[in-house]
Amino acid sequence: MFVARSIAADHRDLIHDVSFDFHGRRMATCSSDQSVKVWDKSENGDWHCTASWKTHSGSVWRVTWAHPEFGQVLASCSFDRTAAVWEEIVGESNDKLRGQSHWVKRTTLVDSRTSVTDVKFAPKHMGLMLATCSADGVVRIYEAPDVMNLSQWSLQHEISCKLSCSCISWNPSRYVTKTFALSLKYAKAEALMTVTDPVHDIAFAPNLGRSFHILAVATKDVRIFTLKPLRKELTSSGGLTKFEIHIVAQFDNHNSQVWRVSWNITGTVLASSGDDGCVRLWKANYMDNWKCTGILKGNGSPVNGSSQQGIFNASLGSANTSLQNSLNGSSASRYFFPPLDSPRAGSRWSSHAQLLPPPPLIEQSCDADTANLQYPHPRRRCVSRPLNLLPENEGV
Amino acid sequence: AGAPLTDTVLPQVVPGADSSARQLCFAWGPAEVLVCETLFGRSGGSRSRCLAGAAAWALTDSVAGTEDGAPSSSRVFVVRRDQDIYIQTLRKLFNESHGIFMGLQRSEEELAGKSRKTQLVQVSKNYRSVIRACMEDMHQAAVSTRDPALQGQYSTQVSILSAMELIWNLCEILFVEAATAGPLLLRLLDWVRLHVCDVDSMVREVLSSESPSKHKLFWNVVDVFVLQGRMDEARHLLSKEASANPTSMNMYKILDDLMKKMPVPSLSNTQTLTELELKWQHWHEECQRYLQDGTFASNPHMESICKILLGDEDAILEKKELMTTWYHFLVTRLLYSHPTVKPMELRFYAQSSMDLFLGGESSPEPLDMILMAAFEFEMHQVIKECSIVLSNWWFFFHLTDLLDHCKLLQSHNLFLMHVIISGYLLFFFCFGSNMREFLLLEYASGLFSHHSLWQLGVDYFDHCPEYGRVYLELHIERIPLSTEQKALKVLRICEQRQMHEQVRSICKIMAMKALRNNRLGSALSWSIRAKDAAFATLISDRFLKDYCERGCFSDLDLIDNLGPSMLLSDRLTFLGKYREFHRLYGEKRFPEAARLLLTLMTAHIAPCSFWMTLLTDALPLLEQKEVIFSAEQTYELMRCLEDLTAGNPDKQKFQDDDIETTKVEMLRLALARNLARVIVKEGTVEGS
Repeated sequence: MFVARSIAADHRDLIHDVSFDFHGRRMATCSSDQSVKVWDKSENGDWHCTASWKTHSGSVWRVTWAHPEFGQVLASCSFDRTAAVWEEIVGESNDKLRGQSHWVKRTTLVDSRTSVTDVKFAPKHMGLMLATCSADGVVRIYEAPDVMNLSQWSLQHEISCKLSCSCISWNPSRYVTKTFALSLKYAKAEALMTVTDPVHDIAFAPNLGRSFHILAVATKDVRIFTLKPLRKELTSSGGLTKFEIHIVAQFDNHNSQVWRVSWNITGTVLASSGDDGCVRLWKANYMDNWKCTGILKGNGSPVNGSSQQGIFNASLGSANTSLQNSLNGSSASRYFFPPLDSPRAGSRWSSHAQLLPPPPLIEQSCDADTANLQYPHPRRRCVSRPLNLLPENEGV
Repeated sequence: AGAPLTDTVLPQVVPGADSSARQLCFAWGPAEVLVCETLFGRSGGSRSRCLAGAAAWALTDSVAGTEDGAPSSSRVFVVRRDQDIYIQTLRKLFNESHGIFMGLQRSEEELAGKSRKTQLVQVSKNYRSVIRACMEDMHQAAVSTRDPALQGQYSTQVSILSAMELIWNLCEILFVEAATAGPLLLRLLDWVRLHVCDVDSMVREVLSSESPSKHKLFWNVVDVFVLQGRMDEARHLLSKEASANPTSMNMYKILDDLMKKMPVPSLSNTQTLTELELKWQHWHEECQRYLQDGTFASNPHMESICKILLGDEDAILEKKELMTTWYHFLVTRLLYSHPTVKPMELRFYAQSSMDLFLGGESSPEPLDMILMAAFEFEMHQVIKECSIVLSNWWFFFHLTDLLDHCKLLQSHNLFLMHVIISGYLLFFFCFGSNMREFLLLEYASGLFSHHSLWQLGVDYFDHCPEYGRVYLELHIERIPLSTEQKALKVLRICEQRQMHEQVRSICKIMAMKALRNNRLGSALSWSIRAKDAAFATLISDRFLKDYCERGCFSDLDLIDNLGPSMLLSDRLTFLGKYREFHRLYGEKRFPEAARLLLTLMTAHIAPCSFWMTLLTDALPLLEQKEVIFSAEQTYELMRCLEDLTAGNPDKQKFQDDDIETTKVEMLRLALARNLARVIVKEGTVEGS
């Protein structure tokens, strides 16, 4: 790895998010200075700011691009309790001559009563959909029924999670019947998998034709889970896909909180960012052993060059979870979320460790010998009881 | 591999991103990673500060960004994985080796035994010649540039390339050609001659001097020739010296005779190894005799040469400076003491040669370890060590692929490997050719991160049996579609491989782009290619709307030649048919035009909103001198008009709008008159 370019972003306050467009030719930055900037890559590889405008009346947490099939569309979310959708206007105005582009606000989503912490477009095969989550723990899903009219967004779902929401991620897979993987789902996944600490980010890996999903979670460490849909005949409650969940890796190299996780486009390398000021890259071999393959650090941050590598190959057993596909295959109700206030893989969970002790951390020195080791856990009966893990049940 | 592997992952420093109190926020792109400084997790915790900050912000515009440690100039860093593909002079390496690679994949597997081996050796030589060509280009670049930094960079590349060639050549001898005892030594001698070129300048200097034998380095050059087994050249030089010293003529003659008679292995099968060994033994004894009876005692140079011919290790080691490397020493040693060395014996001689040569003074360098691993026939160790030293996917992958084609990788079952490339550690198990696949995926992915080399990557993915396709799918859709030509190129690649989803997506993106730029024709043709009915409907509507506003169609060529693709969407069908009506009308084929117009309504091809326009279009036909609509058709038209006015939920509109009302009245009148005329006409025809 090497740093190819350094760009003066010229934001007047802290940058909170950077985002590449689908093709990697454009990027957007957002900042506490309440603005979003769009950058275009020229033929010679230089980046030029082609638009900069005030988007919100508070810090802008995240900015994200829609798939180019929907045009040049951005969404941003802010501390000002709104999320907004922006579209680039192609005009014959002088802007073009000056190398500037013009973005107009197509809609403001004002349903949230608290800071909107994340906004994500759905995978394109689901149409033009947007999910937001907010500090008061409400996940909202919006849809633009007419992709040519970005000012019309209907609120499709509103799911309250009670706990503060920091992040959402869509499952990119086309192969599962439109699995809606939102924070809510993770909440349950995590509930079963003893993530007892605040979760800061989650990311599904692109599906390479695998029979299972890979999910990365940023919490006090980096964790990688596989979610394998159980075959229909094995699932009892008809229509809902259940998952067999395994934790395949857990790394505490950041030595502190991990804030971001995300996958490269082939889903083969995971990047994570933590309080140690580093971005670490993780890659698996054919035997699903995950290793650190690279570190990026600021030149002021101390790097812990530790060799500690916790390799998990522990199976949590087929936690017969009630992780539903939001879309149950045959049902007419398109998005199924149980009408419960499910726990959010958010904060203040540390008191539940006794429910599910963390699986043993296996220090492996020679992977060749232990790669196949499985540590089966006793089967857990957690079926459809995510409520048990709510904070009010502390001390159970 | 004893040391913890993670220790070898070196952090890549992002310069300027400092302050340990901050974290890095990042975003993946198809080819690059964006990194920038940020503070995470403060969004929830210090909400009040944010609010206060937000409020204060508007007021203290000018000082914003300076308080609370906020950076005055925040920076975003673009991080790339692989540096090599961006070096212009290495382009040749990527481009030309691609051709060789493709040739190798196509090569006939059925070619058995010797011809197959010849073919593979040829492929290996081709790869090497590409490396050499690159090396020369790079050398030229280093010489011609004036920028010292660039010069340093080029020089580094030259030394990397030359190390690659050295290793590759040895692998070619030992693994690809798998030279047997006898020829093996000849090959190794060639290898040493090709790669130990430090002494070449000295040789040139001496040979070009007026009288070489007087040159102070004369004996050094003779020694170099002897050490490299270049007997003819050594004898040629010696003869010059001899003619200058008639007194010791006899001594020269004896040495010359010994050198001439030295038996060497031949590449042809004319002599067996036993014959060679016998001859060699005999010759060896002869040398021994001359040495012992002090024939060369008067000339220390000649005596030392005689000792070398006898394979005296100390005598050879004395010439350390002339050999420069332990592997030269190894080959010289083999030449004069074990000319019929078998491949499997190499490891012992190699190890002891290295130990003797380095003599505990210096420790072996990574390159030494690679060569040693090769001499030990530890192919996987070679590959592994290479990857540590040469941060170059190109070398790593192509060599592995070649060895895989030599059926050399399958013989091993399970390997544990870790490799580090560009400070990027990979750690994996390989089952035979899985290693090839793994490296292929990495190499091709690397090519895809380059704006033009990605096209080579496509072919590489094609030769990757397991994951090649899905990787290609993920990478190809990220290729920026900056121009129509580029989009068509990408599209062709996808179409050839039946990647329907990618084809659809590319067309859809292009259609959207064209629509945004108001290029309706292009948008329509792209959405037809994407088979995107909804989008085709939308664009057709735009066309019709434009027509209603301006009274003419744009992109006539396209609409006139829709053909079967017209059936993609109802609206598109209507657009095509409606345009056909206009054409017929323009060609004054009124009856056909009238029939088509009516069908558009009665068959419900036309959207209801458009009926009024269609009926209005019927007006001039109704007003023609000639009667065009038959009675039955006229009734149909009347019914359409009544359906429209009565059944339309916007009935109100028709009543309120004066113009609409007038239009309806005019139509009714025209229809009634036409009916009257047609009754008269049809009555007349029937009556006559």
